[in-house]
Amino acid sequence: MSLTQIANIDAHLIPILEQVNDPEIPVLTVLDLGVIREAIEVNGIIKVKLTPTYSGCPAMDVIGDDLKIAFAKLNKKVEVQLVLSPAWSTDWISEAGLQKMEEYGIARPLTESADKDVLLKNAKKVKCTNCGSKNTHLVSQFGSTACKALFKCDDCQEPFDYFKCLK
Amino acid sequence: MNKKHLFDYIISIADNSLILAQRLGELCGHGPTLETDIAGTNIALDLIGQTRNYYQYAAQIQGEGKTEDDLAFLRLEREYKNVLLVEQPNEHFGYVMGRQFLFDVYHLLFMNELLKSKDETLAAIAKKGIKEVSYHKRFSGDWVKRLGDGTEESNQKMQEAIDELWAYTDELFDQPEADKTMIAEGVAVDTLKFKETYYEEVSTLLKEANLQVPESKYFIRGGKTGVHSEFMGYILSDMQYMQRTYPNMEW
Ligand SMILES: [Zn+2]
Repeated sequence: MSLTQIANIDAHLIPILEQVNDPEIPVLTVLDLGVIREAIEVNGIIKVKLTPTYSGCPAMDVIGDDLKIAFAKLNKKVEVQLVLSPAWSTDWISEAGLQKMEEYGIARPLTESADKDVLLKNAKKVKCTNCGSKNTHLVSQFGSTACKALFKCDDCQEPFDYFKCLK
Repeated sequence: MNKKHLFDYIISIADNSLILAQRLGELCGHGPTLETDIAGTNIALDLIGQTRNYYQYAAQIQGEGKTEDDLAFLRLEREYKNVLLVEQPNEHFGYVMGRQFLFDVYHLLFMNELLKSKDETLAAIAKKGIKEVSYHKRFSGDWVKRLGDGTEESNQKMQEAIDELWAYTDELFDQPEADKTMIAEGVAVDTLKFKETYYEEVSTLLKEANLQVPESKYFIRGGKTGVHSEFMGYILSDMQYMQRTYPNMEW
């Protein structure tokens, strides 16, 4: 399933949305992140439904403003509405997004049960973004932002972020 | 549906998260290590996020054109309906973790029930927040264990904190009038349903942490009806200063 099928996004708006990045993981566009649930043009006004990753994610306000700026360049008005339900899930991050994230140094979310194993039972399943080893351990469930946990690699000794699975 | 009671009910849930977040926010930059500092502020941020969702909804129910900022920052002490537990001061790190743990166990049980609320907005907020709260509980529970089962000094400090905070746990299950009518409507959580589970869960972890489960039956209450401890006024003057000095700021 492509993103346009899950989220209701007018095809002609995609090139513009691709220019808006997540302020906290700037290699990801808002489409990669899957936070745009709807983007349609109605009578010349762009209506966007945005869903937060975490309840208190401060990036949402910035994304809302960035969307307004991106569309203002085309002289289009945009109305951004925040929607909570259905709740955002890490499943909505695109494969391209996951790859960019790993290259950026953030390990991709594991499956729900593997995620529980590493965050709650100290299992060694998260792959180091530096050397690829799975000999890693959890340093803190809370990383630089609410959506990430802090890990350290026991082989190359580098610390790195892990994007927590959210479903 | 009694709109006033629904409003009061939402406010009471929101205020718990807001005041606890404010307390945790006070520690920003003062955590014992970088990781615990970041964790504390992350938890505060989650709670504030949930609070915003509740206040936005409450403002909409109220229909007086007020905003989430008005509700968060411009009420008087008696109008806040948070439990006394969350307003207790940051005595020391063990105390902060003890307070957090006693709240988190309740909060997760609460969110699990709120998921089933007939009110779709409240159920959606719970759905969004439940995983966040499970991380909070894991974090605070781990620290209670680590400190309780740590050195003689950390054990003693943790025990004293739990003994003191214990008196505020019973209030978590109080049901003022708004709760009762909203429970009857299938909107609110019947907290009495999981009171026993709460004390079992807390006791199990305390024992694991090499701590005594307090036996005291002396409980302090009042926050849920707006009668707060001496600490609340200080919290509010800190929190409301900006909004009252520079009105109409947005958070
Ligand atoms: Zn490595």
